[in-house]
Amino acid sequence: MTALAPTSIGVEPSGPRPRHITAGRIGIYAFLIIAALFFLLPLWVMVITSMKSMSEIRAGNIFALPMQPTLDYWVKAWSSACTGVSCNGLAPGFFNSLKITALSVPVSIVIAMINGYALSFWRFRGSELLFGILVFGAFVPFQVLIYPIIFALSRVGLFGTLPGIVIVHTIFGMPILTLLFRNFFASLPSELFKAARVDGAGFWRIFFWVMLPMSVPIAIVAVILQVTGIWNDFLFGLVFAGRENLPMTVQLNNIVRTSTGTVEYGTNMAATVLTGAVPLIVYFVSGKWFVRGIAAGAVKG
Amino acid sequence: MATSVEIKDLSLNYGSVKVLDRLNLDIAEGEFIVLLGPSGCGKSTLLNCIAGLLDVSDGQIHISGKNVTWEEPKDRGIGMVFQSYALYPQMTVEKNLSFGLRVARMPKAEIDSRVKRASEILQIEPLLNRKPVELSGGQRQRVAIGRALVRDVDVFLFDEPLSNLDAKLRNDLRVEIKRLHARLKNTMIYVTHDQIEAMTLADRIAIMKNGVIQQLADPHTIYNKPVNLFVAGFIGSPSMNFIKGDLQGATLSVDGQANIPLANYQFANQTNGASILGIRPEHILVGEDARKMPVQLESEIEIVEPMGADTVAWTKIAGQSLTFRAAAEVHLEPGQKVLIGFDPGRGSVFNVESGNRI
Ligand SMILES: Nc1ncnc2c1ncn2[C@@H]1O[C@H](COP(=O)(O)OP(=O)(O)OP(=O)(O)O)[C@@H](O)[C@H]1O
Ligand SMILES: [Mg+2]
Repeated sequence: MTALAPTSIGVEPSGPRPRHITAGRIGIYAFLIIAALFFLLPLWVMVITSMKSMSEIRAGNIFALPMQPTLDYWVKAWSSACTGVSCNGLAPGFFNSLKITALSVPVSIVIAMINGYALSFWRFRGSELLFGILVFGAFVPFQVLIYPIIFALSRVGLFGTLPGIVIVHTIFGMPILTLLFRNFFASLPSELFKAARVDGAGFWRIFFWVMLPMSVPIAIVAVILQVTGIWNDFLFGLVFAGRENLPMTVQLNNIVRTSTGTVEYGTNMAATVLTGAVPLIVYFVSGKWFVRGIAAGAVKG
Repeated sequence: MATSVEIKDLSLNYGSVKVLDRLNLDIAEGEFIVLLGPSGCGKSTLLNCIAGLLDVSDGQIHISGKNVTWEEPKDRGIGMVFQSYALYPQMTVEKNLSFGLRVARMPKAEIDSRVKRASEILQIEPLLNRKPVELSGGQRQRVAIGRALVRDVDVFLFDEPLSNLDAKLRNDLRVEIKRLHARLKNTMIYVTHDQIEAMTLADRIAIMKNGVIQQLADPHTIYNKPVNLFVAGFIGSPSMNFIKGDLQGATLSVDGQANIPLANYQFANQTNGASILGIRPEHILVGEDARKMPVQLESEIEIVEPMGADTVAWTKIAGQSLTFRAAAEVHLEPGQKVLIGFDPGRGSVFNVESGNRI
């Protein structure tokens, strides 16, 4: 036999296949870059506008770089812009949102995780029905529920308090999170659960020792969903949090709408970017983890 | 010998579907029982009931003389090995082995000595600090067996433990399980749909179909004296030849073309009428050997399948297809006319209507 015939480029195939740049590939990259630019544009405009003086903003080109960049508006937006009557900037709102998020996220995720676990492994009479009702809950427009919940919370004295808003976020996160966790647990081999039963582990021990360590990737997904959802929430914060605990989104709205004479675009832009920063950072940081967690197949045994 | 596991009138329904229907099974201490049957016949269900992982609809389960029908799995004195290994993925092998013991709050020293013993028996000592993902299939299954071993139980339950392994490994581990049984002498209940596993491992085989045990007997009896057509067809590969005919007295007439005298056959319950003679391919001889047989027939070879160790050939008698197994040295080719012969005394006769052996 003679050696293998060389290919058209005159090299015998060996080792990693050389990468070719095809027209299709160029097209895909061009499209991705354009799409990225398109979505980055508003952010870009907001950031540069927040660093321009009023006269410069009025002067015109919204895409131009600032002539004399200034961070004054950022400082003002953070600490001294007026939201209604008080003039403390966004800082209080930031800390309120932080409190609400830091409490609501773990509470809702822990409950949903236990729900999902119980619904997939500890089936009981009516558990499918319960699950059905829970999932159906995801389709109920929440505006409909606002008044009944106000009523219920005021009855127990929690309306307009931090625990009140945490409860509301937990309730409204429940359908989708339970669905997420139940489907995850349902995808695990039931033999794993049986093995743990034979080993003598009960409800909680199986949960903490066997299931929880396997749920890290899905828990990260839940954290991302919840942090961004709760941080971006406006309606529930406005209605349920009470004056003391208004989240950042509500305060941002107040800043933008409190106009004393001229509209200070710089402050508004800075305040908006500040408010949006947290979900953005969450996406940037967790996106990588997220993909890694799933790709690493942390779930597979 | 004392009974180890006793199942009395066990029924299990999923809604209106009856998976097990008043099943009875007595298993002696130290016995190796294999539950064998086609997919969906309720083998795993039965095993899960014994383990306490499923609540039974009716009946009782006794293990080591104790009624455990309402007991938790951990209190039944059983260990279980699953097809998918079901190792805890986030724990090392050692932690996997000791999990049940730690749950039971056993003293550390005792746990260590049991883990050590089990890992010696199964030769998994070098793997103790690895996670399950870092193990091969065979190693994983060994760990899974070890997990049952450390718990020092009376009864081992295996649910198709080898079916995820490749053929070579399956043979090795099968022998190892046999050795383990010889050494530990525990009662073992082993589910499989691999008949080789069943034949080689079992003291007794329970053949199941649709949640009912068809025959419970030692492998030799199952193979040679199947109680009905289902068992006869299920066991053996290539499967038993079935020759349909009409039985009158001790003669089976096949479509009026051939008469097969069943002189040597020991009828248990002779019934005239439509009957089937079952004869295993390995009990049919060819060529010179056939001349010594009570029944001899001329036939033409259709297909030849060389298997290496022997050869399987397909032919027809009186229009019904028939396979036989010949030594590899015998020269056979399609179209060849050969003389085949067999002894009906080694076969089985079934009544068509009832399907039962007569
Ligand atoms: N949760 C369930 N709900 C309803 N029917 C079920 C359920 N689990 C099993 N079955 C039915 O019970 C019967 C027996 O199932 P089982 O798992 O015991 O079969 P098997 O003999 O172990 O089969 P295989 O060899 O494929 O493992 C099947 O017909 C199956 O469809
Ligand atoms: Mg099964």
